[in-house]
Amino acid sequence: MTQLQPKPAKFDWLTLMLYYVFVLAGLLCIYASVYKETNPMIYDNSMNYGKQLVWIGISFFVGLMILLIDEKFFYAFAYGLYGIGIVMLLSVFALGTEIKGSSSWIRVGGIQFQPAEIAKFATALALSKYLSGYNIQFKERKTQMICAAMILLPMVIILFQNETGSALVFVAFALVLYREGLPGWLLLVGIALGVLSVLALLVKPLYIIIGLVVLAGAFLLMVRRTMLLIYLTVGIIAFASAYVSSVDYVFENVLQAHQKSRINVLLGKEVDMKGAGYNVQQSKIAIGSGGLLGKGFLEGTQNKFRFVPEQSTDFIFCTIGEEYGFAGSLLFIALYMLLLWRLLFMAERQRYKFNRIYGYSVVSILFFHFTINVGMTLGLMPVIGIPLPYFSYGGSALLSFTVLLFIFIRLDANRMNELTSGAD
Amino acid sequence: MDNKIRQKILFIAFCLVALVYVIRLMQLQIVDDSYFRSAQENVLQEQTIYPARGLIYDRNGELLVYNDAVYDLSVIPIEVKTLDTALFCKVLGISPEQFRYKFEKLKRQKGYAPYKKCIFDRQISIPVYAAFQEHLYDFRGFYVDVRTDRKYAHSNAAHIMGYISEVTDRDIENSNGYYQMGDFKGMSGVERSYEKELGGIKGIKYILVDSKARTQGRYKNGEYDTPSVSGKNINLSLDYKLQALGEELMQNKIGSVVAIEPATGEILAMVSTPSYDPNLFVGRDRGKHYMELLLDPAKPLFNRTIAAPYPPGSIFKILMALTGQQEHVLTPATTYGCSRGYLFVGCHAHGSPLPLRGGIAVSCNSYFCQVYRSVVNNPAYKLREDAYKSFRKHITSFGLGSKLGVDLYGEGSGLVPTSEYYDKIYGRYRWQALTTISLGIGQGELGITPLQMANATAAVANRGYYITPHIVKKIDSKLNPNPDFNKKHWSTIDTSYFQVVIDGMQDVVEHGTAYISKIPGIEICGKTGTAQNPHGKDHSIFFAFAPKNKPKIAIAVVVENAGFGATYAAPIASLMMEEYLNKKHDTRKALYERMIKANLTHKNTNDSAATKTR
Repeated sequence: MTQLQPKPAKFDWLTLMLYYVFVLAGLLCIYASVYKETNPMIYDNSMNYGKQLVWIGISFFVGLMILLIDEKFFYAFAYGLYGIGIVMLLSVFALGTEIKGSSSWIRVGGIQFQPAEIAKFATALALSKYLSGYNIQFKERKTQMICAAMILLPMVIILFQNETGSALVFVAFALVLYREGLPGWLLLVGIALGVLSVLALLVKPLYIIIGLVVLAGAFLLMVRRTMLLIYLTVGIIAFASAYVSSVDYVFENVLQAHQKSRINVLLGKEVDMKGAGYNVQQSKIAIGSGGLLGKGFLEGTQNKFRFVPEQSTDFIFCTIGEEYGFAGSLLFIALYMLLLWRLLFMAERQRYKFNRIYGYSVVSILFFHFTINVGMTLGLMPVIGIPLPYFSYGGSALLSFTVLLFIFIRLDANRMNELTSGAD
Repeated sequence: MDNKIRQKILFIAFCLVALVYVIRLMQLQIVDDSYFRSAQENVLQEQTIYPARGLIYDRNGELLVYNDAVYDLSVIPIEVKTLDTALFCKVLGISPEQFRYKFEKLKRQKGYAPYKKCIFDRQISIPVYAAFQEHLYDFRGFYVDVRTDRKYAHSNAAHIMGYISEVTDRDIENSNGYYQMGDFKGMSGVERSYEKELGGIKGIKYILVDSKARTQGRYKNGEYDTPSVSGKNINLSLDYKLQALGEELMQNKIGSVVAIEPATGEILAMVSTPSYDPNLFVGRDRGKHYMELLLDPAKPLFNRTIAAPYPPGSIFKILMALTGQQEHVLTPATTYGCSRGYLFVGCHAHGSPLPLRGGIAVSCNSYFCQVYRSVVNNPAYKLREDAYKSFRKHITSFGLGSKLGVDLYGEGSGLVPTSEYYDKIYGRYRWQALTTISLGIGQGELGITPLQMANATAAVANRGYYITPHIVKKIDSKLNPNPDFNKKHWSTIDTSYFQVVIDGMQDVVEHGTAYISKIPGIEICGKTGTAQNPHGKDHSIFFAFAPKNKPKIAIAVVVENAGFGATYAAPIASLMMEEYLNKKHDTRKALYERMIKANLTHKNTNDSAATKTR
């Protein structure tokens, strides 16, 4: 057996299975969310699910192509792809079409796509290549700066295109850097401060402080208590409480009314019946009305009668929540966790640093999307409109997530071939 | 290894997020059921199915009130995209300014939403509707909704029929959620007192709507829908022809006519003038017409027959004659002399002295003052007030002085003064028969409604009892189930005392004060009344029943400020009795013509010309 002929059987079957399950489940959800009793045709080019079906076909094909490409291609062309990605991002300013207030789309022929989607896996590839290079030590300041620049460059360009959601996705790379040596506390503090800021604006500070104290109490009950740990916990809680209160204070007393309103709307806190507040309210109603077992396929009334805006794209989770209930939602979350676990597991078994870093990038991006997307449908996260990978309607997004995942599956398949050949 | 730990830490972080979401899902989907209700509220829309209101017929099956389709023009603003405003205005017959004004007004309405249907114009006319139907395609977003409204076949009996009108906020509050904004209910007359029967029961249809309130189908195939129940048809006891004649005879006069079938208490005719055309309360200008009628000084909306108290005048002498006999202070043979009056009560010229029957026939004031005096100053009672109480008991046993319980809204009780009333005025023990002598001839503080007069006549005709007068004979082809309308209310006068009084009443018509109302071939018993009143000329009053044996009709007529009872009231009663008993009223052309032509509304001619009195 030779390395040049990878066996298809060595592709990680669980990941592939999960991918197909997700895509097909997603198609069902899209079908349900655009379903009209008067026109129940499955295949219809003009309707979302018809288009999605075409895109699924394209994605399956592209995925297959990726699995057939030599894995060295991705390493070799990482920077090239990154460069193309950046150029395409910039080209948007010249060629872009505005869709729903975001000027991040390019239209080619009849199809339109967001270069930001390409930038995601291009950045992942370039970052992996850079960090896996010879004599690159992540501990060095120069390395850190270059990494930051690689991530921030597309992020800033996308921010200028009014695609806050897509830009924020690049924050996920922080998890990759954490795996590669970024001090954990830095990440933790960053996350904690971010979460606390958002929470402080969403919930009354007092409730947050109570919640934190309960969490800390639970934490202290579970671990072996030392005085140091207790002091540390109390100190952290005290700091967090002070921070939460100060965020609340700054928000209430320093910011101007219009600034406050803008943030409130972003957080979905200000219920303006035409904007985010309405979406979240209707989304919660749709999910909440699903009950334990859901209303059944095509039986979700909120879903069928268009009460949740953007249901087939950003709010696709509502369909799961309403039609399949708590049981279906639980299964969905469990499967997603299974995928993330599997990808983490796969990433750690790579011999090449490039593969591992790329694997972590995939996990991080998927996790970020999952957290924000599901969180916002549940009213726990601000409404920043990013899709749920493999479920949401959107051709270019599906394709780019497919490419993102299949490159890793391809890289992983190669690792297994190496091991097999090593055993020979 | 540090990196393995970091992998685990990351996965734990993932799981924590997942856990938080699962807990949140549990809260939304399982613990908190308010979201389920909100979802139902989102998609479920209750649609009211309005039942057809019951029809109203007269006692002979003549249709009086029916339902007519009216067309409301409504609009869903969001669907109006390309509207040829000029054509639209032309079809609807409004100016572009009016169009804009209407739209602006619509937008300011409470609860306005561009995707909600709202009424653009109420009750468009049928020609406009027809023209509109042709252009419906051009006017996308506009709809014509069919609703029913009341329609009156004749312009008679407005007070009895009453009218329906949109419910008020208070009605909605008091109805336990039954009435909704824009519902109609009976506001007066039979429409009001039989609202429950006529109105039917509204039904509910649940439909599913989408976020733009567009209908998407029925909820669970109509499993939870309730059908509407149509209103029941009603037969009034009214004889339409008699009623129409009564209104014709009473035209240009102010007053009342009430005719009752003595054996059943059924009201055969009930005329209160001035009246109005009930169709004024239908259609677009309902409100305008209502205000006009309300402000009319002749009070056309006021139902005099049941609410206006009149001094009965001489017709009260009939009850005096009965009371005197019952109290054993009077026998048919008792004679009193009359020299043109009794003390300060005057009388007209007639033969003297007279026995009871003659006294009735010539309506001798002196005679009945003497009777009253002997009743109240009866030595059988230690106290005058006890004698008076006994007198009052007999009078009120004919249904005077309190509400009879007729099935019409707004009945007045009239007034028969109590002894306490006189105590208050004169002091206890300080009044006696002579103090209140005018009661004996039906004047003084007495207030009797025309309905009470007719009812008392019926009681006399029945020789002692009456059945609560009522206007609804049948509901849904079954007799009016109200037990009160099937019960004899006996007076306190013994049946044996009636004969001489009835003979006297016959004399009144045969050769007494009311010979003008005599009809050949019919034995009529009546009594005229000429009631002095503070409003001007005497009221002309007459009550009568016929035939003498087995009476079929008892009638009371009051013509305000018209003079002697025999001048107007008696002829009108006579013509109506003839119509009812002989089915014709043209045997005495001259009398008929005189009644129709008489215009007694001289005081406010201009006002009554403006009011459509019939």
